[in-house]
Amino acid sequence: MDSPKLLVQGVTKTFRTGRQRLDVLASIDLVVAAGEFVSVIGPSGCGKSTLFNIIAGIEKPTSGTIAIDGEASTILAGKTGYMLQQPLLLPWRTVEENVMLGLDVRHVPRKKARYEAYELLKRFRLAEFAQHYPSTLSGGMRQRVALLRTVLFNNSFLLLDEPFGALDALTRLSCQMWLLDLWHEFHSSVLFITHDVREAILLSDRIYVLSARPARVLRIVDVNLPRPRQPEHLALNQSVQLEQELMSILMKEQSI
Amino acid sequence: MKLRRLAGYGPAFVLAVTLLVLWELYVRAGLISVQVLPAPTSIVQGLIDNWNVIYDNTIQTLLETVLGMGIAILLGLMLAIMLDISSWLRRAIYPLLVTSQTIPIIALAPLLLIWIGYDIRPKLIVVALFCFFPIAIACADGLASAEPELLNLLRSMRASRWQILWLVRLPGSMPAFFSGLRIAATYSVIAAIFGEYVGGEKGLGIYMQRAANSFATVQVFAAILVTAVLSLLLFGLVSVIERIALPWYHGSVARW
Repeated sequence: MDSPKLLVQGVTKTFRTGRQRLDVLASIDLVVAAGEFVSVIGPSGCGKSTLFNIIAGIEKPTSGTIAIDGEASTILAGKTGYMLQQPLLLPWRTVEENVMLGLDVRHVPRKKARYEAYELLKRFRLAEFAQHYPSTLSGGMRQRVALLRTVLFNNSFLLLDEPFGALDALTRLSCQMWLLDLWHEFHSSVLFITHDVREAILLSDRIYVLSARPARVLRIVDVNLPRPRQPEHLALNQSVQLEQELMSILMKEQSI
Repeated sequence: MKLRRLAGYGPAFVLAVTLLVLWELYVRAGLISVQVLPAPTSIVQGLIDNWNVIYDNTIQTLLETVLGMGIAILLGLMLAIMLDISSWLRRAIYPLLVTSQTIPIIALAPLLLIWIGYDIRPKLIVVALFCFFPIAIACADGLASAEPELLNLLRSMRASRWQILWLVRLPGSMPAFFSGLRIAATYSVIAAIFGEYVGGEKGLGIYMQRAANSFATVQVFAAILVTAVLSLLLFGLVSVIERIALPWYHGSVARW
């Protein structure tokens, strides 16, 4: 059997500042199979982003192991496509140059990088903005560009930390469908953080529910909705029930 | 668009012309001796009459200014990057840097003459000493202002320290760098003239000194006029270079 894309085993994280210690993650186990779309939901401030920083190789876990493609390594940076809530586009680079940033880091020749970035923009209907600066784009457009930058760096495993959290409802929905398109096209594995229960249901194969800090896994829920997903699927009985169930778990965890 | 920008200078233009006319009338009315304060028209006439000599000296001063600024830019950028590399270096260098600005260059300039000689070198040092500080401080602040999350993104791509500096921090600090450069540009001509004042063979500073010693007030004022124009031109030049170098900061769409 193939090894899973991501295997997180017993990962904990404790921050120490002087005498104070803050337990953020209390032993997390988590699996993302190849080609799977997995979401993580939890009350705000529960440590989801810390978990992502650890998987992305920006922070070290206090204990536990993380394996990507079956390979447990302490150097995780460069193995995932990481994206955050803010688009973090470089204002001095055009859309095309922003998309190719990851290839610049990898020392891909500029001409080749530019070509690949442009092809990707063309494929996802953003070619007309290739030579624009990010400051001229709308919020939704910026997130799309940031997503393409992430994909061009690594399309096999995407770590998305609330990528659509700052968008209005309509833009968010169109970005969500666009993401599913992209995921389908590249057969990527996705780990997705969100606050939004409906977003998690609409997008995921599986949902991990985390507790309040220190975070542990409270529930793992399979979402058995048909693919390709449509916004209408959220109105199905099983979706509504799932939403109620997840909301009630989260409400108990949410501090006032 | 251009016309409207020009129109923005209207009030300043009107005020300047009014002051000049009042000055002219005051002198012509015989309220003050022309030996003490020559009229604006006689200053312009003096400039034309002595153009060959003034031109020669202006070129010398301009050369010192531009070369001195070049040294200041290199020194300022190097210091800014050093301040940024480690907090240890920052704590070591920053106080010394600020202290260096408390040393009166007036006292230092004659020493430079004794140490180095009467050629162009002490002038370059004086210009560089005046100009490196605003460049270094502005650029160091610009480097430090990079978004932490942007740095995390680059770390997740496994970018090296130097890649982060080259791809993100240095380009991001350019607007601040140019602010510092504009301040430096306004100092630079005066600094060169000051360097000449202490001792030398050629330059606007020398010319002014000689003119003043022989009570040729018209020629002193003519040289002052040239100095002012030179400073304004340099300031304008820096602004033009900034507009060309940072189109994203001023305009919207790339020019190709």
